[in-house]
Amino acid sequence: MDANSYPLLKWILAAPLAGFLLNGFLGKRLLGEKAGGAAASAAILASFVLAAAAFAHLLSLPPEARLLRETLYSWISAGTFGVDAAFRFDPLSAVMALIVTGVSFLIHVYSTGYMHGDAGYNRYFAYLNLFVFFMLTLVLADNPLVMFVGWEGVGLCSYLLIGFWYEDPEKASAGKKAFITNRVGDAGFLVGLMLLSALLASKGVPGLDFASLEKGAPLLSGITILGIGAPTLIGLLLFFGATGKSAQFPLYVWLPDAMAGPTPVSALIHAATMVTAGVYMLARLHFLYELAPRALEVVLLTGAFTAFFAAVIGLLQRDIKKVLAYSTVSQLGYMFMAAGAGAFSASIFHLATHAFFKALLFLAAGSVIHGMSGEQDMFKMGGLRKELPFTFLLTAAGWLAIAGVPGLSGFYSKDLILEKVFEHGGPLVWGLGVLTAALTAFYTTRLFILTFLRERRSQTHAHESPLSMTLPMTALALLAVAGGFLLKDRLFVFLDPAHAAPEAPSPEAAKLMFISVAAGLAGIAAAFPLTLPKAANFLKNSMAQFHAFVFHKFYVDELYDLAVIRPLRAFSNRVLFHAVDAGLIDGLGVNGPAKASYAAGRLLARVQNGRLDLYALVFAIGVALMLYFVI
Amino acid sequence: MTELITNPLSLLVLLPAAAAAALLLVPPERTGALKYGALAATLLAFAVSLKLWTGFDPASAAMQFRLDLPWLPSYGINYSLGIDGISLLMIMLTAFLMPLSVLASFNYIKESRRAYYVCLLLLEAAMIGVFAALDLFVFYLFWEAMLIPMYFLIGIWGGPRRIYSALKFFIYTMAGSVLMLAAILWVASSHHAASGAWTFSIPALQAATFTARVQFWLFAAFALAFAVKVPLFPFHTWLPDAHVEAPTAGSVLLAGVLLKMGVYGYLRLAVPLFPQAAARFAPWLAALGVVGVIYGSLVAWSQRDMKKMVAYSSVAHLGIVMLGVMALEPAAVSGAVLQMVNHGLSTGALFLLVGVLYERRHTRLIEDYGGLAKVMPGFAAVFMIVTLSSVGLPGLNGFIGEALILFGSFRVYPWLAGAAVAGVVLGAVYMLGMYQQAVFGPVRHAENKALPDLSVREWLYLLPILVFIVLIGVWPNPFLKRALPASDAYIGLAHRQAAPPAADVKLSLGKEDAK
Repeated sequence: MDANSYPLLKWILAAPLAGFLLNGFLGKRLLGEKAGGAAASAAILASFVLAAAAFAHLLSLPPEARLLRETLYSWISAGTFGVDAAFRFDPLSAVMALIVTGVSFLIHVYSTGYMHGDAGYNRYFAYLNLFVFFMLTLVLADNPLVMFVGWEGVGLCSYLLIGFWYEDPEKASAGKKAFITNRVGDAGFLVGLMLLSALLASKGVPGLDFASLEKGAPLLSGITILGIGAPTLIGLLLFFGATGKSAQFPLYVWLPDAMAGPTPVSALIHAATMVTAGVYMLARLHFLYELAPRALEVVLLTGAFTAFFAAVIGLLQRDIKKVLAYSTVSQLGYMFMAAGAGAFSASIFHLATHAFFKALLFLAAGSVIHGMSGEQDMFKMGGLRKELPFTFLLTAAGWLAIAGVPGLSGFYSKDLILEKVFEHGGPLVWGLGVLTAALTAFYTTRLFILTFLRERRSQTHAHESPLSMTLPMTALALLAVAGGFLLKDRLFVFLDPAHAAPEAPSPEAAKLMFISVAAGLAGIAAAFPLTLPKAANFLKNSMAQFHAFVFHKFYVDELYDLAVIRPLRAFSNRVLFHAVDAGLIDGLGVNGPAKASYAAGRLLARVQNGRLDLYALVFAIGVALMLYFVI
Repeated sequence: MTELITNPLSLLVLLPAAAAAALLLVPPERTGALKYGALAATLLAFAVSLKLWTGFDPASAAMQFRLDLPWLPSYGINYSLGIDGISLLMIMLTAFLMPLSVLASFNYIKESRRAYYVCLLLLEAAMIGVFAALDLFVFYLFWEAMLIPMYFLIGIWGGPRRIYSALKFFIYTMAGSVLMLAAILWVASSHHAASGAWTFSIPALQAATFTARVQFWLFAAFALAFAVKVPLFPFHTWLPDAHVEAPTAGSVLLAGVLLKMGVYGYLRLAVPLFPQAAARFAPWLAALGVVGVIYGSLVAWSQRDMKKMVAYSSVAHLGIVMLGVMALEPAAVSGAVLQMVNHGLSTGALFLLVGVLYERRHTRLIEDYGGLAKVMPGFAAVFMIVTLSSVGLPGLNGFIGEALILFGSFRVYPWLAGAAVAGVVLGAVYMLGMYQQAVFGPVRHAENKALPDLSVREWLYLLPILVFIVLIGVWPNPFLKRALPASDAYIGLAHRQAAPPAADVKLSLGKEDAK
């Protein structure tokens, strides 16, 4: 038994699993709506409390000893390959576990109000609890394979929840698209792990737990494969997996479609938790990436490009959830920029603040949609501040936080990332990041104006949401406002005590901060005049083609369809199935000889026609030939 | 001779055959007695198989539950049985799937019930016999005996094109077995020529050595016979036809057990008997397996008939199993053995589920369904879990086998294993595509509006499979533990004259920089 064994870890996982089983098997018949929602929320609360207890225990330890482990049993053991069902609770997983359980709990409570009256109420909470179980498995895993269980498990729950209203074929398709796109990334993840495990095994490191990997990783730095250093290749393959799960270019396409799911799901899975798994994975394997500067460069550039690209698409969307979806893709890009700059703690910081303000914005959007009886088109909203005063105020907090207004949470994390990017990526990438910050401020302000300010553009009646929904939003709003300030120093000391010595702010950094804040404010200021119908129409008409191009999201989905899916489908059906399988193998190879022998049989049958004179002739020839050969 | 009954292994072969004989005495109109008689016999056989499981020493690689009765002593032919961990798992799978197949036939089979259940029971006896045989002659007899009931199952109780399919199945596999028979006779006679003694005993022949030239031809003959059975690309085209026409139970056993015999043949005979030739062929067979993974998945994607899709998915799944078997690496081989069990469970369950639908609507076309989640929620849930098992979701059984094969074979064939990962993506594409079309969306056809959900009997034969799908996914070690010593022994035999031992197999992918 390890000295740092902490047998309470399994209960953090067990609580949501129990909640899933309860709602999944007994929900509809025994629990009904009220008890089902309460049980699910209580399960997550229990998980949060346990995580907090473990966190307190962790804090009581000296910084270098902050690691709690629990090995449940040997999961797979097959000669040369062995993996334990083991979990770890270190500062990184502690932060993640607290964010996951905390935000999940708030969203569970919100959901009890939002999903009220839905026919699939208990099924919804069962899936949501199962999601938290898998997310915690991902976060607490002590080796990449258990992490992969969580990794794919959250993908499954995402699939089930995106297609929650499965009777709508479009929603079901969106779920399938998410699952398959993620699997494309997962294939890269799996190959990366296979390579890592094989190379370490050849170096005599059999264990796959993170501690062994950290110890063994330097052994890889001498190996080159296909002209690339092994750590770089492994890092890139794993990062490909991250682009799937965390919706980065080129695999981001599933996330906007994922908005087909219920809005609290978008807040929890597709903003605050699951989509950040890729960022978490990079931070978890930072020791590998630190050996692979070239891989980090790719991460940095991918993040910067995705952040900018998605922000541009977000400028013109009409659907309130689609704006937030592209915003999430863009903000995840920031987190990868930080990781790419080697500032893993900064990426986790932005992950935390983003979880607060983006979950808040999604829940607020849900409140608006709920209040407008399902309307999602912002051009049919406007003036909602009167009917939805709470939601209006809370959204304002989220809006200002994401726009980077100084003092609020988004400001601290974004500013830190841009500073690190300037140090490691140079002024060009930094400039792109600042431009993205301006665009972010613009599209969120646009969202806020179109939804809450000015006049109503439709006849729909709107109503404020119940307390069960506004209370969790209030909690998130407080975090979105104050979270950055509260966390900014403490988090770094906790995550990385060795490198967290506070640096004296250089005049250079102050200058950078001034520019990025100015960009954000400019974005906010520009949104007010430019969203006026006259100005918006003028811009739209003067750049009609460009507008259409951006509005249709640069036609990336269409491109994938034309360049990948259709050709592959046609190839499978026409070439492989019809030409090769039915034509070549079966037609020529199998039925060919069958037909030939049938024909031969018919031919030979004709010989046996009963004419004795012919038989006699053949017999005579045969005898003659035999005699000829024998003599 | 009492050993024939006191040895549980021998009893397991005799019991279904005796039950088949007993069923012949039941008057054909007493359908209840026929159905429940067959069910009782298969359940009893399963109980006997549990005795094998509990009595088996998992740490040993030796053949256990040995039985050796002289049969034709002048030719060294013995009725000789015995199992190692690999055959144990295959026999357990067979004995487990049989009662479920009988239960699934209760309403599906309405004509000549007596003959049907007799065929099923004879098939069980022959299948278990194949996995238990330790004498080549006995092995061949059981191998051929198995074809006959399966031929009738497809040809009599099958769908509209049953005659074509049954004949295709029979001639295809017959062509392979004739080659195998010739090879078996050659093996025995060349052993006789070398040592002066006749023997058909598999362990004895495994200890013998043959010249490289002889090995080449003999391996080729065995390999071809088994490749048809696996089925390895491009010898697979009998499978979709046979599956589509076979009754539900026929499909379950065909996919669940019969396909495993091909792989089992490689594990037990082709590779251990002719290691030098095997070493030469192994990379090519592994490559054919990977071609099968991608080819099978892509062709499955274009199918509109559910059974045909599942059939092509089997080509993909068995392809990855072949990769594992040919990698000759402990994790990969034991993973392949486990994956055979997993495939039997998940594909068996898929055929049972298609059977559930077919009994209600008499169509297997995917587009004839849609919106089933609304009318058959229980069915939809089971179908979901089985689909996820089939696509290898971590936490369920399929992942364990797949991961072991991929991680293990990557150390030997990195490029092939990397390519096989494409199957992970494509599996999700066609399986979730089918699931979505059949289960999600609105109820498109009026006939589907009032479909009843799973009955108690249907739950009874699906639930046990679900239990094992989850159990193996979460706790695979009891199964792996039994497969490992046998897998190691197989690798040892494969390496006995050829390449360096497993520990020295170096990753041939990277090159080291000068330090």
